[in-house]
Amino acid sequence: MTITVNGKPMEVEAGLSVEGLLTLLKVKREYTAVAVNRDIVRKAEYDAVKLSEGDKVEIVRPMGGGAI
Amino acid sequence: MYDTNLVLGGKEFTSRLIVGTGKYASMEVMREAHEAAGAEIITVAVRRVSLPSGESILDYIDTKRYTLLPNTAGCYTADEAIRTCYLAREAGLGELVKLEVIGDQRTLFPDVEGLLEATKTLAREGFTVMPYTNDDPVMAKKLQDAGAACVMPLGAPIGSGLGIRNPYNIKIILETVTVPVIVDAGVGTASDAAIAMELGCDGVLMNTAIAGAQDAVSMARAMKLAVEAGRLAYKSGRIGKKLYATASSPLEGLPDWTS
Repeated sequence: MTITVNGKPMEVEAGLSVEGLLTLLKVKREYTAVAVNRDIVRKAEYDAVKLSEGDKVEIVRPMGGGAI
Repeated sequence: MYDTNLVLGGKEFTSRLIVGTGKYASMEVMREAHEAAGAEIITVAVRRVSLPSGESILDYIDTKRYTLLPNTAGCYTADEAIRTCYLAREAGLGELVKLEVIGDQRTLFPDVEGLLEATKTLAREGFTVMPYTNDDPVMAKKLQDAGAACVMPLGAPIGSGLGIRNPYNIKIILETVTVPVIVDAGVGTASDAAIAMELGCDGVLMNTAIAGAQDAVSMARAMKLAVEAGRLAYKSGRIGKKLYATASSPLEGLPDWTS
């Protein structure tokens, strides 16, 4: 299935969990947060939340910035 | 002289200078500048990770020593800003947030309607909200009533370095609200920071003035001293302004040179 991760299309196996995606992408977990289709996914739910075709995933963390 | 601490969300801070993490020449320079500024609170943006995820800005910020202040820079609606704060909280960045809802790309002036809405929601959800706002006393009062932990009026547009353009409004804001007032944006050099503090502001937040200076580390130190000097001058009670001179030396006991 195709999902969008941080704005880029990505082909992944059906039923992949958020946990599976983060592992696949080798994302550092510290100070990282995930949203799927605008909803924030709690860390405790990473395993339980399965991704579906067309899902939009945002993976964020702190970056340099003052104001804007 | 005895001074109180800056209190935000029940947490006390000795330093009244809050600094950013953007636009530095390198991460090493940023780390040194934070040190030189004597800052205790450091603001960070929340952005998409670059994949594969490599170096993080937090490799250069000791999170045991500094309090992180995630900001919602780049958000143009209350909804975006609120979701960004939730993301920041879920990322483990805490509940202290610098709330920005931008209304115009060219001036980066705040959209105060969206700001007020987001402040209400986030304060209700348990966040310690620090809203970036206009130098408008009426809006400052509304933000306080909405549950803001402080108000952060701009001195001038973000990154402009124009200084405190309307000190009288800042003064009125200080008389209008009881929450801390922190000037956020517009500071260009040390005297601007000192002016904000001399007016009675509780703190100053800046990024570009330090990060963009030719020597960011020494400018950070200059800002530290300016904030301290301004605060001390404010607490000391300055003399009134008069049009004409007043002699400092007694007139009595002057020798007579008349012949």
